[in-house]
Amino acid sequence: MRPLVEWLQANVAALKGVPPDVLYLLLLLVGALIVINFVAISAMFFIWLERKVSAHIQNRYGPMLVGGWHGWAQSIADGIKLLQKEDIIPAGADRTLFRMAPFIVFVGSFAAFAALPFGAGLIVSDLNIGLFYILAVTSLVVVGILMAGWASNNKWALLGAMRAAAQIVSYEIPVGLTLLTVVIMAGSLSLVEISRLQEGIHPLFRVAAGGYVIGLPNWFVLQSPFTFVAFFLYFTASLAEVNRTPFDIPEAESELVAGYHTEYSGMRFSFFFLAEYADMFLVSAVAVMLFLGGWQGFAGPQFLLGTAAFILKAYLLVFVQMWVRWTLPRLRVDQLMDVCWKVLLPLAFVNLLGTGAWMLA
Amino acid sequence: MQIPAEAIVFYALTAITVLSGLVVVTSRKLVHSAFALVFAFSGLAGYYVLLSADFLAAAQVLIYVGGILILILFAVMLTHRIESLDIRSETLQLLPAIAGCGAIVVLMLLAVYRTPWAVKEPQVLTQTAQSIGSLFMTDYLLPFEVASVHLLIALVGAVIIAGKRGGQ
Repeated sequence: MRPLVEWLQANVAALKGVPPDVLYLLLLLVGALIVINFVAISAMFFIWLERKVSAHIQNRYGPMLVGGWHGWAQSIADGIKLLQKEDIIPAGADRTLFRMAPFIVFVGSFAAFAALPFGAGLIVSDLNIGLFYILAVTSLVVVGILMAGWASNNKWALLGAMRAAAQIVSYEIPVGLTLLTVVIMAGSLSLVEISRLQEGIHPLFRVAAGGYVIGLPNWFVLQSPFTFVAFFLYFTASLAEVNRTPFDIPEAESELVAGYHTEYSGMRFSFFFLAEYADMFLVSAVAVMLFLGGWQGFAGPQFLLGTAAFILKAYLLVFVQMWVRWTLPRLRVDQLMDVCWKVLLPLAFVNLLGTGAWMLA
Repeated sequence: MQIPAEAIVFYALTAITVLSGLVVVTSRKLVHSAFALVFAFSGLAGYYVLLSADFLAAAQVLIYVGGILILILFAVMLTHRIESLDIRSETLQLLPAIAGCGAIVVLMLLAVYRTPWAVKEPQVLTQTAQSIGSLFMTDYLLPFEVASVHLLIALVGAVIIAGKRGGQ
């Protein structure tokens, strides 16, 4: 963003007199607006896609009427409906916390997008510690979920919130460890730098034929056997981070009504809903950045095609999350904790040690 | 322009930290106190950002908000009948309290004004994570290892305490 400020001041005559800090602040606001809109529209698209995917897996059509073509406007209609709904706060609720909780969840999941590069050079703030920042701010979501569950003064909501918090805090550890395998390989926490290191064609899996080199991409998932395993470990653990099936006991409909947002209606509910789908996009985007080459993929002008490649890959992972949700049954609480502490965590540790050895060899 | 912008951010952060700290101390509901800590911790992380310590800021949020605060919240929420509990103290030791706090204020002011602070030009964000990492592995290896072994012992102890009841 800073170089953009200098470029604007040098080339646009009307902006010469504006103090750089003010211009920077305005640009940040514009950037935040664009990112929030992009993520919110993506989330609406995912909500529609989820309904279509679930419907087709269950051999039905899903939304077909609104908007004409395969019910594409269903999410827009639902969004408008939610905007108009009455904002109900239960009589026994803790009003301050009840009002605040959706904002904390929303801030926690949307603040992470500030450090996420959407393409080559297309980033709001290129932090040296981008990955660490994303892990840190998303931990705000847990606080918001606990707040919502407590403030609702409802046992389903509280139980759901407790389960969600326990689950997210536990699964944060395998997530962090699997991400560390790539960080060790890359020697950087900056997502831009990590993505840049995955350029080109794999040094081993390649064929040179008549001046052309064809082969697998040089993505981190293929750079060592350990990162290959780490990718799948990360994807499994990240499903739990975003409370998706098979790890969705925080929202288990059959026992908890809806989990921590049971008592929420209207706009406040849609904040939770948007944040949840934004989180799905976020964990997929982090997976793409670290393991699947970031914005590498298409040859040509990277600013446009790189962004397209990144979004395409992230959307594909979101689709896989939906596919998993509508295919697998839900784990019990004890099974959930067993999977985290007795399966994922030891594997992640072995993987991390293996990566260290791989780097030395 | 650099200094006023930073000053505005500094005072905004101070307002957030101090006000939420006041809520932590004065709130009648224990849960409100716990939740107000979110803003106090986040304000502190903001100070670290202002001081160009980006790694420390992220670590502050990750450990205090994502770890310690969640632990406090669990402890508060799982305590039996916490809502109906009156946490105000019956006895108000006004004079000793004022004397004690006053003494601490005097001590802190003395510390602030007597210390020869190293005044430096504000530095641009550099690779903080890298330098922290290499310092941990060279100059501060012993404290780092002692801390990690300490944490490991605590972890094993927690497993043993929790496992005893489940085994019966």
